[in-house]
Amino acid sequence: MSEVPSPLAHHFDDLTQQKEATTLGMWTFLVTEILFFGGLFAGYAQYRTLYPQAFAAASHHLDIVLGTINTAVLIASSLTMVMGVRAAQLGRRKQIVIFLLLTIVLGLVFLGIKAVEYTHKYHEGLIPGPGFALQGEERMQVRFFAFYFLMTGMHALHMVVGVVIVGMIAFFAWRGRYSPEYYGPVDVTGLYWHFVDIVWIFLFPLLYLLGRH
Amino acid sequence: MFENFPLFPPQASTIAGEVDLLFFFLIAVSAFFTALIYLMVTIFAVRYRRRSSEEIPRQNLGSLQLEIFWSVVPLVIAMVIFGWSASLYFKMVRVPDNAMDIYVVGRQWMWKFQHPEGNREINELHVPTGRPIRLTMTSEDVIHSLYVPAFRVKLDVLPDRYQSLWFQPTKPGTYHLFCAEYCGTQHSGMVGSVIVMEPRDYEAWLAGDASGGSMAARGEKLFNQLGCVTCHVPDGRGRCPTLVGLFGRPVQLITGEQVTANEAYIRESILRPNAKIVSAFQPIMPTYQGQVSEESILQLIAYVKSLAPAPGQTVGTEGNMPGGAVSPGSTGPAPGTAPAAPSQNRSNQ
Amino acid sequence: MSTQVAGRPERPELVAEPRPNYLANGYGIKSWLLTVDHKRIAILYLVSITVMFFLGGVFALLIRLELLTPAGDLMAADMYNRMFTMHGVVMIFFFLIPSVPAVLGNFLVPMMIGARDLAFPRINLLSWYVYIVGAGFTIAVVIFGGVDTGWTFYAPLSTIYSNSNVALMGIGVFITGFSSILTGLNFIVTIHKMRAPGMTWFRLPLFIWAHYATSLIMVLGTPVLAIAVVLLAADRIFQIGVFDARQGGDPLLFQHLFWFYSHPAVYIMILPSMGVISELVTCFSRKRIFGYTFVAFSSLAIAVYGFLVWGHHMFTSGQSIYAGLLFSVLSFLVAIPSAIKVFNWSATMYKGSISYETPMLYAFGFIGLFTIGGLTGLFLAATSVDVHVHDTYFVVAHFHYIMVGGAIMGFLGGMHFWWPKIVGRMYPEGWGKFAVLMIFAGFNLTFFPQFVLGYMGMPRRYHAYPDEFQVLNVMSTAGASILGVGYLIPMVYFLWSLRFGAVAGPNPWGATGLEWTTPSPPPTENFDVTPIVTEEAYSYSKEEPEVVGGTQSTRASLR
Repeated sequence: MSEVPSPLAHHFDDLTQQKEATTLGMWTFLVTEILFFGGLFAGYAQYRTLYPQAFAAASHHLDIVLGTINTAVLIASSLTMVMGVRAAQLGRRKQIVIFLLLTIVLGLVFLGIKAVEYTHKYHEGLIPGPGFALQGEERMQVRFFAFYFLMTGMHALHMVVGVVIVGMIAFFAWRGRYSPEYYGPVDVTGLYWHFVDIVWIFLFPLLYLLGRH
Repeated sequence: MFENFPLFPPQASTIAGEVDLLFFFLIAVSAFFTALIYLMVTIFAVRYRRRSSEEIPRQNLGSLQLEIFWSVVPLVIAMVIFGWSASLYFKMVRVPDNAMDIYVVGRQWMWKFQHPEGNREINELHVPTGRPIRLTMTSEDVIHSLYVPAFRVKLDVLPDRYQSLWFQPTKPGTYHLFCAEYCGTQHSGMVGSVIVMEPRDYEAWLAGDASGGSMAARGEKLFNQLGCVTCHVPDGRGRCPTLVGLFGRPVQLITGEQVTANEAYIRESILRPNAKIVSAFQPIMPTYQGQVSEESILQLIAYVKSLAPAPGQTVGTEGNMPGGAVSPGSTGPAPGTAPAAPSQNRSNQ
Repeated sequence: MSTQVAGRPERPELVAEPRPNYLANGYGIKSWLLTVDHKRIAILYLVSITVMFFLGGVFALLIRLELLTPAGDLMAADMYNRMFTMHGVVMIFFFLIPSVPAVLGNFLVPMMIGARDLAFPRINLLSWYVYIVGAGFTIAVVIFGGVDTGWTFYAPLSTIYSNSNVALMGIGVFITGFSSILTGLNFIVTIHKMRAPGMTWFRLPLFIWAHYATSLIMVLGTPVLAIAVVLLAADRIFQIGVFDARQGGDPLLFQHLFWFYSHPAVYIMILPSMGVISELVTCFSRKRIFGYTFVAFSSLAIAVYGFLVWGHHMFTSGQSIYAGLLFSVLSFLVAIPSAIKVFNWSATMYKGSISYETPMLYAFGFIGLFTIGGLTGLFLAATSVDVHVHDTYFVVAHFHYIMVGGAIMGFLGGMHFWWPKIVGRMYPEGWGKFAVLMIFAGFNLTFFPQFVLGYMGMPRRYHAYPDEFQVLNVMSTAGASILGVGYLIPMVYFLWSLRFGAVAGPNPWGATGLEWTTPSPPPTENFDVTPIVTEEAYSYSKEEPEVVGGTQSTRASLR
């Protein structure tokens, strides 16, 4: 067993144990992530309850078209990610690379659109802080934008990390590291990617849709 | 040495004794269990000490009965303590109806007190024995906490919020007043004293220090100075709801909700007038954020509280009360307006 | 636990020849800084947390010196505030939270379950580096003048009014949080997936159960602290008004988010030490633990309840009365699993064969101090008494009884117990006993007077105080100096023993457990062959254990 160069790390008994450990590790990590975003969601819920009108008014400043497009882009990227994982299970090296690259492209499109949205907000003076454009009674909307930027910002950060990881996995796949026996890294990267998508699936209605009659 | 080395705080309020009683019960429970555990460990350690290095004792798996026993007994004791503590807690937080009001503003790093009669003090609080006293407290900056160990009371003082704390002093004397919530550099300097006096002495003290009139009188002065009076006219013919008889009554909002006109509500209406608009009125009142201090707001509230309905006027009944609404297109009293309405709308002259 | 060896015949040449122990596996700096061996990472952690412990200890001594006199004469108020803040931050985030899990847990979790390493060795090393970066920020904060908000960082003091390095400190705490998350994640996966053949859940040593419960808290609680700190920093830097009451924000939201983590964090500190005590009491009584399943599940119960009681830090904050009562009753419930543990440890000693080596003395100390700490917790869970003692020295005394009297006694007991395993040499027993007695006496002299001070009404975080509190404060400071020396002694003789200690041999205590079946210090791969486990934990005797007052049916329920 130790004669053949093996993807099995020295401290595991066999590949099954290694795969199970990797998968459980990623799930545990995702639980952590849920709690991490959970804190933001709790804060958002608290202030939405306290200031429903301000939140509803503020959500009208968001661009629902760009938001919808981004939602579609992310769902599509989840699809390509799944197909990449499937290709890895079947050992189709070229397909893994293609689908992962597609995922990266879609992820970058999402981030690009997000950057456009951020730029708009910047020009409208909707970045919370001393230069916040809405004053007087409308200043109460500042918290909506605070949570908007924190939540989408944290999400975008996870997207950036995701794109980098998918890129690395694509590179290793191209080098032929994965096989139907050993594709755990592709699999858990997929889990992570889907999680980041799902977070967006919650963010989109909470930020863009709620309060828009 | 012992006058400088007390081991127990003075008891100077009606609840102090009750808190101490529960405290002693807790000490008894703790002492019992501590003694039990220490005895058990000591006796076992001595009695079953290792006598030879080859000794292997008979093994023991455990005992379900014992496990249940030492889960249930602490549970029962804990629930007894909880019940006792909860019922006392209700007593501590429910302010009696006949409580006398004193208003407190905390700031870095001092306590400011106002008596309804108009006396103001800093870091000293004079109170009479024999009647419940309610402190209505707010902070100008960070979170503080008003703590009088001799009364066994403590409550955090938060910015932008009123908190109520009550006690009934029993024993004349001078007691410590502390800030218990860490509030910055001079936190340990945010201390003072509570001076408990016989009611007669208290009256004398009040009379000896009254300058500038009662809180309500000061509030009325502010009410005129700030121009509130131009809209909130007493007879209800202004463009804003009248404030006569408002305090403590329910208010119908345009959102359909109903709120009670308490201190917090009046404060919010002064600082964020558009947060709660009274039904049938326009959001025309400007904010007074930054123009009135916390103490002034308390004086305005005292004034609003003092506005009892004039004799013969049945406040809150239809058609009579909240007059002068700028109902769209009308100048007269809005027909069918909801009951008592507060300080929502005013125009800035 | 006796074990059979079952062949994994792939590397016979290594079985035949004794392999070098993990300490001998490379001597250069690089062999340490790039190691993925859980045992070496444990040593890295041990060195780092010791440095942080002495840093926090210096702050503590300065605090106690200042409180020697009622007037604030040793240092200015601002300096004093920075001292207690840095004491809290350093001790909690950089010493207590990583202490037992990252040192003893890292070293022992794989060995106790018969694994060659943690599931993710590189993540384990990463977690140490993350810790070091966080600690670096903290030390930078100390150099730049510290933070003066208290370790609780309450808004709006921390977001608007403080002029100290709050944001930098926040980053440090945020980063360190990830070290703890990664450690917890690694333990959970390792305990689930890496157990040796035959090592079923109910054959696990209780140390492992305690670490499993701890890891759950680390994984579930820490991210919430992270987000609270992010919100705090954002509020401070960009004034986004999340906690700013003047802008309509709610400062209590910060307290809720903060205590949602920071109350369970107390159990991160105490649970692993409870795991240590279960090992010590059984070994030095040569007995199976009394009521294994109850002790194991009480750890989980504490972890679960721990997440439901954060509001008891806020009884006087202005949260609703009914929330207060709910948190109160739940806090009382935490007492039950804690009581179960203490009773079971005591019952384990019943008819045992008890010897008084240093680790067992630490176990006695733990039981004694934890009992007092736990019982005084009842005072704080009782709303109406808490109103009086909240934010006074009573609370300070209570949590030091848990965290210092409990967690650190457990940590030191564990260090003495496994020191022969870690370095292969014995510490000097006489000095060891002397140090325990000094720590126990110094501790009680330091903190017991604080209970009295608290009930008399002395608020915590006071730089100057009324004269009548002085006598008790002097006692406390005197105790602190004894305690300080008590902590220095083990530090010295542990270093001494590295060279001059007696050679320990694989199992100096005659303990059960897989970690004692390997040489001391263990080889890099821990076990030459994967052990196969055939017995329950703490099988000190081959006889069938008896059941007190029970029948065969209760026997099944106890297994």
